[in-house]
Amino acid sequence: MGLESHLGDNILTTTLSTMVNWARKSSLWPMPFGLACCAIEMMAVVASRHDLARFGAEVFRFSPRQSDLMIVAGTLTYKMASVARRIYDQMPEPKWVIAMGACAISGGVFNTYSVVQGLDQVIPVDVYLPGCPPRPEALIHAIMEIQKKIEKESLLNKTTASTVKS
Amino acid sequence: MDNEAIVTLIKTNFPEAVIDSSIFRNELTLTIKKESITKIARFLKENRELGFDFLSDLCGVDRVETDGVFEVVYHLYSIYKNHRLRLKVSIPSNEPRISTVTDVWKTANWHEREAYDMFGIKFDDHPDLRKILTPDDFEGYPLRKDYPVDGRQPATLREIYRKDNNEA
Repeated sequence: MGLESHLGDNILTTTLSTMVNWARKSSLWPMPFGLACCAIEMMAVVASRHDLARFGAEVFRFSPRQSDLMIVAGTLTYKMASVARRIYDQMPEPKWVIAMGACAISGGVFNTYSVVQGLDQVIPVDVYLPGCPPRPEALIHAIMEIQKKIEKESLLNKTTASTVKS
Repeated sequence: MDNEAIVTLIKTNFPEAVIDSSIFRNELTLTIKKESITKIARFLKENRELGFDFLSDLCGVDRVETDGVFEVVYHLYSIYKNHRLRLKVSIPSNEPRISTVTDVWKTANWHEREAYDMFGIKFDDHPDLRKILTPDDFEGYPLRKDYPVDGRQPATLREIYRKDNNEA
């Protein structure tokens, strides 16, 4: 039966993209960017009840250089916007971004002079996660959506949001 | 000391500076003249009976539409005596300046910077009167009533946009 019958029981064949995407989606290292109460729910996701380790994404790195998933949780102000952008720029490719909560998506209830009306004005966003704040299950769902997105990527034709002009 | 005794003590020492005094829900408020703020502040802190050693808050109020003035409000507390006092000072809106109280209470430093940043009230002789909350190139004073609530200044993000333009 094809090539695998010659190679024996211990060798499987697959495509390189599938293999790399599997590795990437199974060990997302989040960069927590907690700005408001959403960050509390983000912390709950890592704790024992929800246990993000089941998805391989429990290693929250407080260094952007060791992370590939930025979770912006909370209200982004104009003063913080340049910091968020700098952190994002410091993350190595490939990288993905979740805008967590109503404020990060659109400014939320804060239609005011100091609040950026949506994270995507500064950083390309992969998944928008609504809620005020979203429950931990919702954040897990958002991370699973990221995983689905990674599965569809190709090593040759990269289509992450970060390569799309914002 | 009870509120009445505090009022009497301050009024006897500064008969011309106290414009008004009121007690609401056992909270004492004194309205005083702008020129005498430094003198009164030092007296309140150094008088043994009063001993207001803690400035718990200092903020600005915009009363331009109704009274044509900005107000600066000082919330004082005495840790030893366990009593409180609120001072209000009106300053004309066409020239919003007042003497600093940083040499009396050091904590006034950042509070006065905040009032300066939000209302444009200038504090004379402040050691370091810079903006404290808004981004560096933010223009205007956002807590003034004539500043629009949604008066966002995307120009303060221009560093970010410039970076994007360079990449393109």
